[in-house]
Amino acid sequence: MRVSEANSRLLYQTLKDCGVRVVSSVPESWLVPVIRMIGEDPEMKLVQVAKEEEGVGISAGAHMAGVKSAMIVPNHGFLAAVNPIVSLAHLYKIPLMMFIAYRGAFGDTYPWHTPGGTVTEPLLQALRVPYTFLDSAGTLERRVQDAQKLADASLLPVALLLKHELMMEA
Amino acid sequence: MQRLECLRAVYPQLEKCVVVTIMGAVAVELQSIGHRPNFFYLQHAMGLATSMGLGLALSLPQQKIVVLDGDGSLLMNLGTLSTMARSGVANLVHVVFDNQSYLSAGNSPTATAKGADLEGVARASGVPRTAAARSVEEFRTAFASALESGKLTTIVAHVDTAGPSHWLTDLGLLENRFQFARHCQSLLKP
Repeated sequence: MRVSEANSRLLYQTLKDCGVRVVSSVPESWLVPVIRMIGEDPEMKLVQVAKEEEGVGISAGAHMAGVKSAMIVPNHGFLAAVNPIVSLAHLYKIPLMMFIAYRGAFGDTYPWHTPGGTVTEPLLQALRVPYTFLDSAGTLERRVQDAQKLADASLLPVALLLKHELMMEA
Repeated sequence: MQRLECLRAVYPQLEKCVVVTIMGAVAVELQSIGHRPNFFYLQHAMGLATSMGLGLALSLPQQKIVVLDGDGSLLMNLGTLSTMARSGVANLVHVVFDNQSYLSAGNSPTATAKGADLEGVARASGVPRTAAARSVEEFRTAFASALESGKLTTIVAHVDTAGPSHWLTDLGLLENRFQFARHCQSLLKP
């Protein structure tokens, strides 16, 4: 199975059209094409972090300066960023946009991803982080725009779960 | 060397910078000299003051960003050094007040009390300029040359394990946050 180049490009273009200019990321096989596209765009700044929690700080700094940003991470990276989501984004009301590769869910063949897959949604719910799914090209743009509106209105983190059927070719 | 003396020594230069501090003594002592709208005190999220500084530096390329960090906080996020270095950001001065202690969390020793060398870690992580200061004069000089250098710099200031008698101030966290954001966004306007 290969990562969908077309849907990766749609995700990149949607981020750009939403005004996102700073993106932090950690490499993840589903995310390689979209991260490459962001990195090749001179109008966007890609920050390749060592650990996902740095991305919460980077987005907080960008938000203070009025610049729209996003984190693009796998769900195990989201798990690694739980403390700053609470102790920075929630405490200081930062509208954090998290794009999370939903590994270990339906369609994933790698056993080591499955524990993270089963706790991702319960953890988002426990953190009171609103989330939706990006699972098809037809609804992607509208859902990203709506997530950004909610983040900006609530000044809180929101999550978009990138599902297998969006990211991988059949 | 006292942290408060170091802060006093560079306070005039902070006026034209965008400043992010960690929690604890650094936040309380800087406020004791005088709060300004361009100062943000990250009260929690230990380790992420540099990450916030990096987000600001990328978003405000015409500004000088100063991060006032500490040994305990930096030890929680050593990867930030290689991330900052790798990003190529040049408008950021990173000061680490190394008092060898988690002072505001009960005054337990950090790894720097047992020999961990944060300037060495910064250098080995690819930070293009690093310095260490053991006197206020050394610190003043290192800070001024870092601001002028136009290069990412980490300065490790070795300070006494001493701090204020209290950790709360009358500045609300969200008051600080919204005032700081308004200030930063005013810098983008022509």
